[in-house]
Amino acid sequence: MISDEEIRRRQRDRARIMGWLLGAFVILLFFITLAKTGINW
Amino acid sequence: MTDTAALPADWRDILALTKPRVMSLVVFTGLCGLLAVPQLPAFALGFTAILCIALGAGACGALNQWYEVDVDAKMRRTAKRPLPAGRMDRQSALHFGVGLGVFSVVLMGLATNWLAAGLLAVSILFYVIIYTMWLKPRTVQNIVIGGAAGAFPPLIGWVAATGHITLLPVLLFALIFLWTPPHFWALSLFVRSDYAAAGIPMLPVVAGVRNTRRQIFIYSLPMAAAAVLPWPLGLTGPIYGVAASALSAAFVLLAVPVLTNRATEPSGMAPEKRLFGFSVLYLFALFGALVADRWIVW
Repeated sequence: MISDEEIRRRQRDRARIMGWLLGAFVILLFFITLAKTGINW
Repeated sequence: MTDTAALPADWRDILALTKPRVMSLVVFTGLCGLLAVPQLPAFALGFTAILCIALGAGACGALNQWYEVDVDAKMRRTAKRPLPAGRMDRQSALHFGVGLGVFSVVLMGLATNWLAAGLLAVSILFYVIIYTMWLKPRTVQNIVIGGAAGAFPPLIGWVAATGHITLLPVLLFALIFLWTPPHFWALSLFVRSDYAAAGIPMLPVVAGVRNTRRQIFIYSLPMAAAAVLPWPLGLTGPIYGVAASALSAAFVLLAVPVLTNRATEPSGMAPEKRLFGFSVLYLFALFGALVADRWIVW
């Protein structure tokens, strides 16, 4: 049996990592758009 | 208190599902394929192409572990993976693998070109369906044909950067394709009991240790030829040519004691372990030389 606290801890960890990954993806899309449109950074 | 089945998977287990160590070689060969092109793409597009190759490899790892959970549970080498160890449920692994694979292909298509995305999709499907599901449990030729899946990354890297297929990336594909059997057969010789216990028809299990050693040596010869060939064809310069000749000669020389070894127990298989270790270094060094040859001006 697993404590509810352990479940919450894992959910928090995964949510935090997912947040960072989504943020990185948005930044990546921004730079892809710049490169595809030929805008020099 | 809650049942263990309801526990969300730890992020470390999700990462382990992608087989990061295998991914490193895939990313490296893909990166070298991309860096060997005549004209580099914009950094963001090149970075995205390599990211997509890495994510595609991760999807292959996850789907491989999803399908082989029963086999992995029988082998010492793989029994501690998240699925056989019970730290993650199969359905989560399947959803993660399919999602990652689709994401990598779509992102590759949008960021670079759809030929590269198509090749990435073919490599993922080839690895999961042709190799993992069909060949691996059924035929002794599993590694020979399945090796094509691991040979795609430099080709994908090249196509992502240029938009078309030429002779050099095809030769790089052939090189990894021919490198895979001696690399995996050297490993399978000293973990033969694991494969036998899991019922996987690897060459040493089905055809015997002696025949496997002969095949390793035989395959090392066309592999060496494929490695050196870009130089006389004028596709690379002397840095790659000399490195490929020296590394391939060392590979063949290390395959000779494997051929003549008579040991049947892992404790007596030092030549096989040496060849397996060198085979990883060989591919890293060869692709490193390819990039050096492209970028170092004499």
